[in-house]
Amino acid sequence: MEQIIANGLYLGAQYALIALGLTLIFSLMNVLNFAHGQMYVFGGFVTYTVVVQLGLPFIVGLFASAIVLAVMGAAIEKFLFAPVVRRSKRDESTMLLAAGVAFFLDAVILLFFGEKQRGVPKIVNGVFNWDMRIIMPYDRILIGVLAILLIVAFIAFMNYSKTGRAMRALAQDKMAAQLMGVNVARYSMIGFALGAMLAGLVGGLLVTITGVNLGMGGPTSIKAFLMIMIGGAGVISGAIAGGFILGMMESVGLTVLSAYGDITYLVIFASLMVFLAVRPQGLMGKPWG
Amino acid sequence: MHKRTFLKVSALAAATMLSLPLMAYAQNATLKIGFVGVTSGPAAAWGISNQRSMEARAAWLNELGGVTIGDKTYNIEIVPFDDQKDPKRAIAGMEKMAQDGVHYVVGPNVDDGAAAVRPVAEQNGIMYFPYAFPKELYTPPASNAILGMVANYQSGPAIYKYLMENKGVKKVAFVAANESDPLSQRESGIAAAQALGLEVVSGNVTYQVDTTDFTPVLLPVIQASPDLLVLSGVSPANAPQLIRSARELGYTGLISTETAQDATVLAEGAGELAEGFISVGGASTPELASDAMNEFVERYTKMFGEYNDESNTKVYALEYIIETLKANPAAIDNVEEYKKTMDTFEAANPFMKGDAKLKYVGTTSFGQKRQVSVPLVVNEYKGGKFETLFVGQVD
Repeated sequence: MEQIIANGLYLGAQYALIALGLTLIFSLMNVLNFAHGQMYVFGGFVTYTVVVQLGLPFIVGLFASAIVLAVMGAAIEKFLFAPVVRRSKRDESTMLLAAGVAFFLDAVILLFFGEKQRGVPKIVNGVFNWDMRIIMPYDRILIGVLAILLIVAFIAFMNYSKTGRAMRALAQDKMAAQLMGVNVARYSMIGFALGAMLAGLVGGLLVTITGVNLGMGGPTSIKAFLMIMIGGAGVISGAIAGGFILGMMESVGLTVLSAYGDITYLVIFASLMVFLAVRPQGLMGKPWG
Repeated sequence: MHKRTFLKVSALAAATMLSLPLMAYAQNATLKIGFVGVTSGPAAAWGISNQRSMEARAAWLNELGGVTIGDKTYNIEIVPFDDQKDPKRAIAGMEKMAQDGVHYVVGPNVDDGAAAVRPVAEQNGIMYFPYAFPKELYTPPASNAILGMVANYQSGPAIYKYLMENKGVKKVAFVAANESDPLSQRESGIAAAQALGLEVVSGNVTYQVDTTDFTPVLLPVIQASPDLLVLSGVSPANAPQLIRSARELGYTGLISTETAQDATVLAEGAGELAEGFISVGGASTPELASDAMNEFVERYTKMFGEYNDESNTKVYALEYIIETLKANPAAIDNVEEYKKTMDTFEAANPFMKGDAKLKYVGTTSFGQKRQVSVPLVVNEYKGGKFETLFVGQVD
């Protein structure tokens, strides 16, 4: 049982961090960023390139991922999403654009980084073993702790910085925020950049554990959408809750249901359908948006 | 002759001389060989290594002036189609090949795609070389598919037997992705293990292909304390993570798979934890690789930046097609002629040292020769590269 909880917490921390960026972008711009998974993959490849190809320290790779993805996110928002949001009132326009960006990034990743699975050597060796009740490699513990620290830093940033407060105001009521002098275009771009940066950071963190490959983008986006559907789209606390719930469900299911074959995600999806039928806005979302 | 006229004539002669090889190159007819396989998504490495192997070899042959089949010389053109590992797309790809007049196609890479394209291939006179193991593709009445590698039901028993005799393996566990190929490979692996008298202590644990943390997946498997953990049909993307998770959970036994892997990917993803990992390889171990194979690796690396060890096996399909067409030029647009040639076909294997031959095999497994003969090389990962554990042959 202890092992199941430890696995669930570790998975939950990384999932929550992935979902945060997605929900931030959704809350600010009402954009379902289908390219979020590809941004995560891109971040992993940037860290890989810096650490393995260039031989620089892991922390440099992590910073490089954050910066590259933030710049990429800002550019995508400014030159692609902002004009579409300005010109089209239809939600599907941004959804189609996001899908297009996802395909484009897949092609760019294949072109620049190739088709192979890539990985960064373990940053910490050794395995924590508590009397065979909890077995957890130290690098997973480190990554889990870093993920939780990043979540805390993100919450603090959103609550206590001027930029964070402006983005929260924008998420709550765009018109009111604009009337209060919030520069919508500027903070939308910053929010998108921050969301992309978070995706890149998780990619950079997890490339040391799970590695990264071209095909991980789509499934990562799907899991991120699952999390924000559980927690409530556009709600930061909901994304965190969704991440930890999905992580725990996956950990429990893979252990308890293993004897019945690969039915963990079947059970998760079935539970989610029932849950959304009862509470379509998710755990912490508001029924009106 | 005036100096100016002399210079003009010399320049013209030089230009003519220089352009002759190019003219010959351009004048060759074109032989289109298709590829229908997965070059995007999580399993992209399988198809991309196919496509790039074909393109590298085709470029090399074209550079040498083309391939002479009968009394005509052809440049080889590779026509690729990404089926995205989707059987519907694979059918569309094979239909495109038929529309383009292509009679020889490499791929698809997976079971359901290979099964799906069968009617299209048979109706349109296309021979295809899948990397998929269902026996019904290769046994009569089917006759258009030729297995492009060694199947797991051929390599698995050889590996298990070797490990029983040399490493004292008694208990075995299987883990597979929840997809048709790995699941069918797991089933045939379990059957082979049981036939050899091994105790299967875990055989029903599966995982999603997009799993990023295998610790919870492997926990119940490791608790069953197997001597050998078989990663059935594992993709190169998942293998390092599975190995790493198993070792980090304290597993000290043997780990093997019947699929081809890439040493660099293992080194990056699992590092020292991959030491001793056993997998099926191709013909480029230093003990087996000919000078031509080494040159192929060099050319591939030059063209695409990095070599893929899976191409050690994938290099063969195009070679078989070309050499068989050379043996019977009438087969160039008539696959029935190709089939007639297969039973007696034999040519020198350029990629292996010694007097190795290219020939079709598979009589024991399929009742007819519908498999390319590539060496069954079983490798062990040691110190960042593969070392040959043993070499076998499929009949």
